[in-house]
Amino acid sequence: MAEIVLETHALTMRFGGVTAADNVNFKLRARELRCLIGPNGAGKSTFFKCVTGLQTPTEGQVFMRGHETTHWMPHQIASLGVGIKMQTPSVMDNLNVFENIWLAARRFYPSDEAGRKTTEMIERLALGPIARSTLGQLAHGERQRVELGLVAVADPWLVLLDEPAAGMSAEDVERMTGIIRELNKTAAIVIVEHDMQFIRSIAEQVTVFHQGAVLMEDHVDRVMADPQVRNVYLGKKA
Amino acid sequence: MTGSLSRDVILTIIVSAILIWIMPLMIATYTLTVLVIYGMLGLSLGLIWGFGGILCFGQAAFFGLGAYTYAIAAINIGESTVPIILAVLVPAVFAALLGAMMFYGRLTDVYLGVITLVVTLILFKFMNSTAGPQYVIGKARMGGFNGIPGFQTLNVPGDPDAYIWGDAYFYVCAVALAIVFVLVSALLRSSFGRIAVGIRENETRIALMGYDVRARKTVLFAVGAAIAGLAGALFANWGEIVTPNLFSLSQSAEIIIWCIVGGLGTRLGPILGAAGLAYLKFLLGQQSMIDNTLIMGLILVLFVLFLPRGIVPALASLWRISFGRRPLGRIHQVRRTRNRERTGG
Repeated sequence: MAEIVLETHALTMRFGGVTAADNVNFKLRARELRCLIGPNGAGKSTFFKCVTGLQTPTEGQVFMRGHETTHWMPHQIASLGVGIKMQTPSVMDNLNVFENIWLAARRFYPSDEAGRKTTEMIERLALGPIARSTLGQLAHGERQRVELGLVAVADPWLVLLDEPAAGMSAEDVERMTGIIRELNKTAAIVIVEHDMQFIRSIAEQVTVFHQGAVLMEDHVDRVMADPQVRNVYLGKKA
Repeated sequence: MTGSLSRDVILTIIVSAILIWIMPLMIATYTLTVLVIYGMLGLSLGLIWGFGGILCFGQAAFFGLGAYTYAIAAINIGESTVPIILAVLVPAVFAALLGAMMFYGRLTDVYLGVITLVVTLILFKFMNSTAGPQYVIGKARMGGFNGIPGFQTLNVPGDPDAYIWGDAYFYVCAVALAIVFVLVSALLRSSFGRIAVGIRENETRIALMGYDVRARKTVLFAVGAAIAGLAGALFANWGEIVTPNLFSLSQSAEIIIWCIVGGLGTRLGPILGAAGLAYLKFLLGQQSMIDNTLIMGLILVLFVLFLPRGIVPALASLWRISFGRRPLGRIHQVRRTRNRERTGG
């Protein structure tokens, strides 16, 4: 079995009286691709934020490759070699595509090397014709692709993606799927997602969240066939 | 930014040499000197606000601190070289401490403005209240409201009797500004500068890339304060007196107006804004028909309404429209390929 790269122990996050994540035990192995699904308010995003350091969990611990990262800041976690993409495109709107990706590459490589890696990444993502356009002028799908590019250029061993397919056209989603598969050759990936079609096309192991807790964890086909999961999604009583 | 740093340096040397030669033919060097000094002060805020996204309402605090440091050190030491260096270092260290407190405390935007403004006011009040004989640093009396007069002004390094004043002092200040400008250009081209611009654009993204935003902002803030401190020391030499008015609210506000009018996010804008508006204020001060703060207010309102990006960006885009090579936009490219497809080749 491959090494465990991400692990949470009894991760709990409360906001006042609301328990958004409840006693989540989660394990991810190297080069695994895992999708987190669940209805709105199930705690997927809260779990995501606790893992990435954007929020500090009320209780429990987070481990990455053996380091305890529970109280770390996002930049410390990213420095380990963890790529993070949040739900809405978070890019630098007044800078061009090259500069955006270069900034990400520069964190781990000297200036010249970063330039070379950036050019490579732009080619890989077929962003060549718009490499010198500022991000503010680009379409949503292109911005998402650039953001994925700046995550990928740092050669992460763990990638955390929050709704990467949100608001994208079918063509864009297909391209995105390709990029994610490519990334998956070297990195473990966690994807928080709503889009069932996208999940079917990419996922193997799926973790289902419901009311802050893990409802089940299994292969995508068995998860989709599970009556309890279907009821959770359709809002019926089991 | 396009082009290389060496091209930038050569251009800066040529342009500043021409200006240093021509400007004294039109404006008295005594007035020009202060315009140059204000230009440097404008550049200090232009750097941290325009490129680092740190809106500091208290740039005057570092300016005043530089001036006071120079005056106090010059009285105690009796020559000017070490005091100038101290006038750069003291504001920089002060800003590093203040900045660390703010940035590590996760203060942003308007709170940052409030804190820096209050710090300036505290310094203003404090310096005003140091009239008593107990407020002495070494041989220098703080002088309260009256400030500190009669300190050693700039001399040739190593020779305290060889004063640099008048026209010569203008040349010193102008060259100092050119050097600072080149250093700022180099900083902005370096990785540090490019990452600073990234922070201005999107702090969260830069943090998620693994950069320590807090440390970087603190360093940039200190660099801005160092430049403001140098401007303060030069100002002290020009005025031959330092008073608490250096820390006043109007001084702080004026620096921000210079940056807005000149153009944020450019290196030249804040310098031109500072020199231009200060000269205008000087001219308006010679007549008594209309109050000059009224005109300044009017200019600011007009700029915010009609040229919100400032003079330099507006001129730059005008230049690009009239003379620039037209880069093929995406629309043109798409059209071209379509045409090619249509014509079958």
